[in-house]
Amino acid sequence: MAETVLILIVLTNLRLLGASRLGASIRTVAVQGILLGALALLAHGAAPTWGAVAMAVIGMALKGGVFPWLLFRALRQADVQREVEPFVGPIPSLLAGIASFGIAFWLSRRLPLPGGGEGLSLLVAVALFSILAGLFLIVARKKAITQVLGFLVMENGIYAFGVGLVRESPVLVELGVLLDVFVAVFVMGIIIFHINREFEHMDTDELATLKD
Amino acid sequence: MIPFVNILLALTLAPLMLGVINRVKARFAGRDGQPLFQAYFDLARLLRKGAVYSRATSWVFRAGPIVGLAAVLVTTAIVPLGGEPAPLPFPGDLVLLAYLLGLMRFVTVLAALDTGSSFEGMGASREVTFSALAEPALLLGLAALARQSGSLSLSKMYAALDFGAWWQSGPVLALVTAALAVVLLAENARIPVDDPNTHLELTMIHEVMVLDHSGPDFALILYGAALKLWVLGALLVGLIVPVRTGHAWLDLAAALAGMFVVAVAVGVVESSMARLRLLRVPQLLVGAGALAALALVLSLR
Repeated sequence: MAETVLILIVLTNLRLLGASRLGASIRTVAVQGILLGALALLAHGAAPTWGAVAMAVIGMALKGGVFPWLLFRALRQADVQREVEPFVGPIPSLLAGIASFGIAFWLSRRLPLPGGGEGLSLLVAVALFSILAGLFLIVARKKAITQVLGFLVMENGIYAFGVGLVRESPVLVELGVLLDVFVAVFVMGIIIFHINREFEHMDTDELATLKD
Repeated sequence: MIPFVNILLALTLAPLMLGVINRVKARFAGRDGQPLFQAYFDLARLLRKGAVYSRATSWVFRAGPIVGLAAVLVTTAIVPLGGEPAPLPFPGDLVLLAYLLGLMRFVTVLAALDTGSSFEGMGASREVTFSALAEPALLLGLAALARQSGSLSLSKMYAALDFGAWWQSGPVLALVTAALAVVLLAENARIPVDDPNTHLELTMIHEVMVLDHSGPDFALILYGAALKLWVLGALLVGLIVPVRTGHAWLDLAAALAGMFVVAVAVGVVESSMARLRLLRVPQLLVGAGALAALALVLSLR
């Protein structure tokens, strides 16, 4: 069961790498957030504590509901073309994704982890792959909004890593992380709007020519 | 006994798959559609006709349909249907399968280029581009299955599958199934990759290559295409309906039912989807390859 969820997370990452529409990308990230919440619930086994359930539900609501809403709002306000505009096209991105999954898989087999098992190795592989895919999205896409998505995917990867290794981190820490991510997405949404109002686009590579 | 029944079924029932697909499409469009056995009537009609050869063509053009049909006939001897092994299984026959399908495509492309028509050359170049992307998906998917079952022979790979295997390693099998389904659609020139109905449209791929073939040659090509659909369908059915009752004939019947379910599914896909833009097709095929590669990596555990 957990394995199926992990593979679905891998598929959402690949979908993100191959997507060419911003709306589809945002929805995919939302699905990934919900899958992560399910993963956290499954990791607790048959009888999860109330705190764990609450955290998973809050995470799902934030990543599956609030973030997509914020990002769609930013997209609407910025009133930009709905294409992704990659530096690296969808096909090379997909191939890079498969290659980085191979690397993540290989790495996860070699990493000495406390309490390691078959399931954990796959979870670590998926976490590393999410981090790599997020980095790739940040580097290889032009628009500021895809960089927010890349950041979210990276964060999801780190969260998955935590789910696998720590099982249950203190509620306070998790709440803090979620709040940080929320603020980050909120602020980035506003920044995208401002970049767009200032320069009439949100292509970050154009910002390289800024001089003081 | 059963292995040869396999071949016999492929030889006799392959054109019926086309009939089922057409029937499903007609039902979706609210028509009655052609008779179920229309493909057989077409074959009989074409075989009675004479062939017309352009003076610009050489023996390559005449050899194309024959070699193509021969290649796909050999594949029916190595692809199993139901739980029993195929008539000629040997370790590594999955590579032979890929190469035989490649040979069939190669001679079709050569025959198309031999006519000297620029239109057919265009179709040939597209066919080659897309199949170059579909082949990795097929091979990687089969490699994942080979790894899963620890055997390099198609018959043993598929014999090792049953519903228990789905329970144990469902994700890998599901990924391979998805990849093979895309390969089936792409290799058989079906929507969303190609539209088998368009005969004079600049975006078509497979149909354009066989425009100059007539009479018996065209019958061979049609029959070869039906057999190819049957063979790739058998690969898919072996995955999704691995019924193992212990009764060879029952397994075979289940697999046969599965074949026609696949035909209905192809018809549904064709009725409910539009063809993809040509630029999008490579993305779809590379996506299928990515799924197959993912399955292979997962099966390496």
